[in-house]
Amino acid sequence: MAEPRIIIVGAGPAGTRAAEACVQAGVRPIVLDEGRRDGGQIYRRQPDNFTRPYAKLYGSEAGRAQALHETFDTLKGAVDYRPETLVWNISGGQVWTASQTYADTLPFDALLLCTGATDRLMPVKGWQFAGSYSLGGSQVALKSQAVSIGHKVVFMGSGPLLYLVASQYVEAGANVVAVLDTAPYSARIKALPDLLAVPSVLWNGVALTIKLKRAGVAVHNGIKPLEIKGDADRGVSGVRFRTRAGVEQEIACDAVAMGHHLRPETQLADLARCAFAFDPGTRQWLPERDGDGRSSVAGVYLAGDGAKILGARSAEASGRLAALAALGDLGLPVDKGEMTSLRGDVGTYAKFARGLAKAFPWPSEQASQLPDDTILCRCEGVTAGDLRGVMRETGAKEANRAKAFSRVGMGRCQGRYCGLAAAELIAAEADIPVEQVGRLRGQAPVKPLTIAIGDDQ
Amino acid sequence: MNRFVRLGETDRPAVTVHVDGAPVEALEGDTLMVALLSQGGVLRQSEFGPEKRAGFCLMGACQDCWVWTESGDRLRACSTVAATGQRILTSQPEASWPNHA
Repeated sequence: MAEPRIIIVGAGPAGTRAAEACVQAGVRPIVLDEGRRDGGQIYRRQPDNFTRPYAKLYGSEAGRAQALHETFDTLKGAVDYRPETLVWNISGGQVWTASQTYADTLPFDALLLCTGATDRLMPVKGWQFAGSYSLGGSQVALKSQAVSIGHKVVFMGSGPLLYLVASQYVEAGANVVAVLDTAPYSARIKALPDLLAVPSVLWNGVALTIKLKRAGVAVHNGIKPLEIKGDADRGVSGVRFRTRAGVEQEIACDAVAMGHHLRPETQLADLARCAFAFDPGTRQWLPERDGDGRSSVAGVYLAGDGAKILGARSAEASGRLAALAALGDLGLPVDKGEMTSLRGDVGTYAKFARGLAKAFPWPSEQASQLPDDTILCRCEGVTAGDLRGVMRETGAKEANRAKAFSRVGMGRCQGRYCGLAAAELIAAEADIPVEQVGRLRGQAPVKPLTIAIGDDQ
Repeated sequence: MNRFVRLGETDRPAVTVHVDGAPVEALEGDTLMVALLSQGGVLRQSEFGPEKRAGFCLMGACQDCWVWTESGDRLRACSTVAATGQRILTSQPEASWPNHA
């Protein structure tokens, strides 16, 4: 039999471990990655001519980051690695790719989607001003370019990344003025039993908060964001929020890093026609998969945060597990004992992730409370009031129908940053459960393409 | 005023990018976004509102940081490496991609 054609999309923790498993089984997979370098976002590599050591870049995860990068470096000769390559469609049993100058279609026997995540955003009045950045983006600025997003930075939102990035900024010498967390402290106490599934990560989180407070950073829990203040030309000038005690406060700053944990990049799974199910814990629609990572479509496997937000450690395990499942399904010998042990690891991380979702809940109720003049779609400046008006005029209560009438989700980001909040707003307005609103359909191309691109070298 | 603040890695050779005709000094390894925002406060004008924009996600997902070459190619400033000789425009040149909505 000819060597099976295995395609891996993504070269982060899941994709790297999947590629490693393939190579160990004697298969040379194609690894397609949008990044200039491997590592994905959380273990993003700095440019070649930067010199900061691993400990400085990745803190407590330095060992894991280095091990992952070194694994990928040793795999390079044994995989068909194509960096700076966007997968923009999956159809007809083929993966459609585009790089700066070159487009291609690639057939596959097994496709492993390790597409990673982007920040989950709840809009705040004024988030369109220059100086507002996603939390993950603020981390990329530091990790990959050694810059702070501003002279006075506020971190606002929730999730483990909020504290991690804020403390990385402090350590690097940035001026962090406040960490404003929408989650009340009591939620963290309730989540403790699940968080204890991975005590080392729990402890890392506690240590971060202590470090921030020692550095003199104001840390507020249980806040409600009210407004990012600023003006059209100069951008952000401050944030206004309500404290847990109900007092309105304002903090001057020129940058805000905002986000509420993460959301998986599921567009390719959607285009591959994988079945999706609503996950009540995160209030997100996620592609269905079995315990090993098989999607509902034969030959398509899902791993890492691109399938469900379970973190980088879980991604390494689920990437390897999905690859072993694929290799086994293709008739190659795989170690069943190792698969059992990986399933155990993935289960432990899943319990921890449930804890995180409880400790740092998505403040869905804030969407319905957004003032009419708040911009909901940052790409095209569509306001919460515009969407409410469209709902009144057309009766649209389904995500794609509301998008068609209002353009919320139709702009440059294709709904990545407004889609989840828009669904919550529609659900509240129509008084229906958010799962009834449905989810924005993935559309090809999953990111804008250049029209000048050729279909051959 | 500059938006981004350099916190290290400053011992790199300089590169010069031309932005809207004017030279901008940057460092080898900078993205265009870092090159522009280490010198200035914004990247572009929003087509849908009065405000200026300076990017948002820095990972190629939001497309808020588009700039253009003088020959009309669109670039994501967050994922394009700055290099001497580049001539960048912060507003879309005529006769390019017609549908920028």
